Amino acid sequence: MFPTQVCCQYDGSFTGFLSCVFDCYVHQEEPVEFRTPGDPCCSLYPMRTIPAHEEHAKRVYRSLAQRMGAQGQRMVARGFLTCLPDKELWLWRLIQEGFQRGPAFTRDLTHPVVDRVGKAVLHLEHEAHLFTGFVRFSDLAGTLVGEIEPKNRVLPLLRPHFCSRYPQERFVLHDRTHQEALLYQPGQWAILPVEDFQMGPAGEEELSYRRLWRSFYDTIAIEGRYNPKCRMTHMPKRYWGCMTEFQTDSPSSQRSESALLPSP
Amino acid sequence: MELLDKLNILADAAKYDAACTSSGLDRAGRPGTIGSTTLAGCCHSFSADGRCISLLKVLMTNVCVYDCQYCINRRSNDVPRAAFTPRELCELTMGFYRRNYIEGLFLSSAVSGSPDRTTEGMIETLRLLREEYRFGGYIHAKAIPGADPLLTQRLGLLADRMSVNIELPSAPSLSQLAPDKKKEAILAPMKQIRDGITVSRQELKVYRHAPRFAPAGQSTQMIIGATPETDRQILTLSQGLYRKYQLKRVFYSAYMPVSTSPLLPTPQTFQPPLLREHRLYQADWLLRYYHFQAEEILDEDQPDLDPRMDPKCCWALRHLDFFPVEVNRADYEVLLRVPGIGVRSARRILTARRVGPLTFEGLKRLGVVLKRAQYFLTCSGRVLSGLHVKEDGLLRHLISLEAPALAAPMPQQLSLFADH
Repeated sequence: MFPTQVCCQYDGSFTGFLSCVFDCYVHQEEPVEFRTPGDPCCSLYPMRTIPAHEEHAKRVYRSLAQRMGAQGQRMVARGFLTCLPDKELWLWRLIQEGFQRGPAFTRDLTHPVVDRVGKAVLHLEHEAHLFTGFVRFSDLAGTLVGEIEPKNRVLPLLRPHFCSRYPQERFVLHDRTHQEALLYQPGQWAILPVEDFQMGPAGEEELSYRRLWRSFYDTIAIEGRYNPKCRMTHMPKRYWGCMTEFQTDSPSSQRSESALLPSP
Repeated sequence: MELLDKLNILADAAKYDAACTSSGLDRAGRPGTIGSTTLAGCCHSFSADGRCISLLKVLMTNVCVYDCQYCINRRSNDVPRAAFTPRELCELTMGFYRRNYIEGLFLSSAVSGSPDRTTEGMIETLRLLREEYRFGGYIHAKAIPGADPLLTQRLGLLADRMSVNIELPSAPSLSQLAPDKKKEAILAPMKQIRDGITVSRQELKVYRHAPRFAPAGQSTQMIIGATPETDRQILTLSQGLYRKYQLKRVFYSAYMPVSTSPLLPTPQTFQPPLLREHRLYQADWLLRYYHFQAEEILDEDQPDLDPRMDPKCCWALRHLDFFPVEVNRADYEVLLRVPGIGVRSARRILTARRVGPLTFEGLKRLGVVLKRAQYFLTCSGRVLSGLHVKEDGLLRHLISLEAPALAAPMPQQLSLFADH
């Protein structure tokens, strides 16, 4: 007998997704679509609304490690942070087949499902690695504030890096794409949903450090080796928007300089 | 002089140093300090020339007593001169580091006064940074040849990576272009750093808190294209440096015309040998990660790298009897010799083939560059279906893969009127 095909509606969290996996196994159903509250809610398949259930999720998460190995567990957890279209369905396939084939399944790198999820996870990790360098903070009244616009949800991967790097600082890192922010003060961190994030105005010291950095950035390039294509390969233009060296400060902050020049 | 002007002058003077890596050391941040380092290093930006910016690369001062012909800071050159005080440099580093602009500091210096005095200034800066500002980020320090060994030792205890520039690939070139520097004087600190690192590693095994001397190793750099050495000489030299001095990296820097000395190629007609530099780096990677020997890459009949093709392809074409390689059975070292298979895809092949036999379709998924590798591989005894290439056509095929990437001469607009 084939399992019933259903459409799962869940709250969009990892706990919610694992609860879906739990319920599908319990009721012997096969999800063919996953819906989160933001999506249009009509489907040809019978709809199941599955609330996030902490206990169920924990059981699934533990069994991931037991049945698919640490590598499999990590792949599912990281896979959920990626921007892979229909990531829930791919992860469902990964879990289903992984439970049958055991830990060796994640090493079958040519399998279409492992390949697809593996590449997405690689993309996530690569993007997170780039952001460890490309994030720019501004010192606004003692707190470091930064903004990024990633494709994947990189904040959970960036957290250990930045919390270890600045143990004595207070900082906020805002993810524009997913409207989340990583908040840190010594000894405490949190990743919270944030709406309507605005960076405050920069002080005089901050502006002068920005000027110093821009001038260093321009000076360090060797004119005889000008190679814009190489730069774009290593640092695609989509990252430039949030980087100090490509920004100009608003005219109000530059007025102090232009005031020195005679008006035409 | 304003800090901004100083930064401009001293960054401009330091930009011809190729090394800007922050790799080789994993150190987590500790409470009460600021900063950490990662094993793979981290690029914070890329400048308009496509090179990575990882460290705040500046000179302590560009006032120099030497007169090296290839160097922009030589004493006979008329450029603005400046010097940082240790305090200024620390403030600048911390300001940049907190904002995540940089991974750490790259501190070099022109020789002002004497090598000893210069090194003392650098030590003072690094000491302030480490002790007072509690900085735990990456520090790359240049050892100054000719400085007292005790001072170099102190510098190494504060820095993560040390480097001594070998400057030019042979002693005669060095004596011609840098009359104030001697080969022995350059190799002496290199030896000292190597021994310091060995001793420090030994001590760390016995005492966990023993001081660490240049824990991220040492590197060097040389200028390519200003002197007549062949690629074979350069690669043999690099191999010797990797083996004898246990260097982490050798950097090659294409000579940029910064001087009008009669001993050097003239600026008007001279093009910096960027492609040659690129090929040398490719060959350098073969030495370090692909188990190649310098003698294999180039021999006496062929002393220079082929600009049309990467060195691994060249080697494969000269050793066609080595191929085809059977993907499902070959060793790691053998897989690494196949053009189109890199370190990562070779590892992935080893993992994946334990589950089941690999096909060409599967290889593509693993990230093997089949357009190069297809000529050199078999999967379960079969070559790629539909592939018919004779041996003489192979060279043309492989060159055409890279040809668009090679810089072609710019097409010129035809003019109706003759130039006068």
